[in-house]
Amino acid sequence: MLAIDVNRLRKQFKVQKNREGLKGAMLDLFKREHTLVTAVKDISFQIPQGEICGYIGENGAGKSTTIKMLTGILVPTSGQIHVNGFVPHKDREQFVKEIGVVFGQRSQLWWDIGVIESFRLLRKVYRVDETDFKRRLDELIETLDLGDLLNRPVRKLSLGQRMRCELVAALLHQPSILFLDEPTIGLDIIVKTQIRDFLKKINREHGTTILLTTHDLQDIDALCSRVIMLDDGHIIYDGGLDELKDRWSKGREIVFQFTDAVTLDRVNSLTAGLDVRWTKENEMAAKVWIPREMNVSDVLARVVSSAEISDIKILETNTDEIVREIYRTGSPEAGEGIRG
Amino acid sequence: MVSAYFDFVRIRFLTMLAYRVNYYSGIVIYAINIGAYYFMWRAIYGDAETLGGFTAAQMTTYIAVSWMARAFYFNNLDREISNEIRDGSVAVQMMRPISYLLVKMMQGFGEGIFRMLMLMVPGMIVAVLLFPVSLPTDPMRWVVFFVMLWFSFLINSQLNLLTGLFAFFVENNEGLMRMKRVLIDLLSGVLLPITFFPGWAKTLLEWLPFQAITYLPSSVFTGRLNGAEVWNALYVQIVWFLVLIVPILLMWRSARKRLFVQGG
Repeated sequence: MLAIDVNRLRKQFKVQKNREGLKGAMLDLFKREHTLVTAVKDISFQIPQGEICGYIGENGAGKSTTIKMLTGILVPTSGQIHVNGFVPHKDREQFVKEIGVVFGQRSQLWWDIGVIESFRLLRKVYRVDETDFKRRLDELIETLDLGDLLNRPVRKLSLGQRMRCELVAALLHQPSILFLDEPTIGLDIIVKTQIRDFLKKINREHGTTILLTTHDLQDIDALCSRVIMLDDGHIIYDGGLDELKDRWSKGREIVFQFTDAVTLDRVNSLTAGLDVRWTKENEMAAKVWIPREMNVSDVLARVVSSAEISDIKILETNTDEIVREIYRTGSPEAGEGIRG
Repeated sequence: MVSAYFDFVRIRFLTMLAYRVNYYSGIVIYAINIGAYYFMWRAIYGDAETLGGFTAAQMTTYIAVSWMARAFYFNNLDREISNEIRDGSVAVQMMRPISYLLVKMMQGFGEGIFRMLMLMVPGMIVAVLLFPVSLPTDPMRWVVFFVMLWFSFLINSQLNLLTGLFAFFVENNEGLMRMKRVLIDLLSGVLLPITFFPGWAKTLLEWLPFQAITYLPSSVFTGRLNGAEVWNALYVQIVWFLVLIVPILLMWRSARKRLFVQGG
């Protein structure tokens, strides 16, 4: 069964235009002008149960708008959404019982009361059975290492502590789908790792479907088998992460540190006949780009045999660079080609 | 489910209790207000026996009771709601399988109970000691008064919900909230009993919900309304409570449609 089924989803916002000058301000007083902004442009995708899917894109690409429609906060302008078989904005009260949501920048805990009080209140709100609640809470507290935080008021927690509590709050009622909107924003590497491990664990043990938006591609690397990439309201890539890397990574680079000064001509002559590209790093160092299908050792052998090398560094294109490249060139037209 | 709603009352009460020191000054402020109005009205009465149908003694009690009732029903739900709409956190609240508006009412009630215990009761004791306030001896009148006070709270909170929800439709409803606050103080009869308004205004006010907040319960408590008039006053409150549910639900529904979480 599909956990999330989205069909030709579109969302338009009316944005107020402020006219210039005093005259404009007076005019605005009587008659507002609006411009129509389309944040999400007829996107379609399906996510099966139990998948962890990354939802990425630049700021303003329409990620959060999509998440808000999927969670029933925003009403779509057109198109269909089914999450767990529900239409989110219509069957709200039934629907929200089976989802968990964490917004990295927004707390869902009550600011002034102790963490455990918030959890108890959520138990009642979601009508979780007392014994289920105990068992679940103990499990969550143990894996996220929250024991000594429980009696503190939320406003006295650090961001990392709060974020872990938010996760517990979102999972107490054992939702089958978890939406995460930038869950690791502003966290240190230890907490990030802890949260990633935790997400993997609940996905593995409870089969929870997870859809997360993030700007941290290491989240994607660590968690997601699938990536949906959004640009200007369009989906420009939807598929496996490895495939994304394969298609977009354009090869590897080797940086050679020579013992003597080198020129571009000199290094070019070293690899004459091979389809590689040299750039000079500084007096003593040069970088060579090698296409994906060529063996690194071929180039290495050629260079090492005829020049004195003091150091070698091999650079693999990482997800960051790939995505940066896609964002830079990514347009819906270019996207057609890679949608596969 | 019901117990979740009661938890919202309890938690708000406890939260308020944590900041109780803020409210000690409230008792003084309310006592000063009552004092100021008491002396003002004494000057206005001069040698007159009655003004606007109030004897001087009734007026003193009316002022004290009106301010103390205000201590109970007053809350900032409009501000809370509009803040939550403007910073977008209303979105998080709507993701719970629980009614946002009812939760707000419950929180307002938690605040009301707190204000009753920490402000109204001690304030009333102070007022009775300082000014010639005469309390009714008929226990039935006390009972009816507290029932009416409950409706004062409901109607005032409903107006707050309406004002707060306006934040969905305009970018800034600050002005509207201030206007509502002044209007309620003026037109509900806290500052001036309704009988002091000119004839046409009185007729108009009788068709508005404001008098149901202060004027009616205070009039019953001071003995200005008797017999069938008392039940009539209570009836007016109940009708307003029911009538106001309609615009709130309509507004909530259209707000859900055009919801646009700002800053998100």
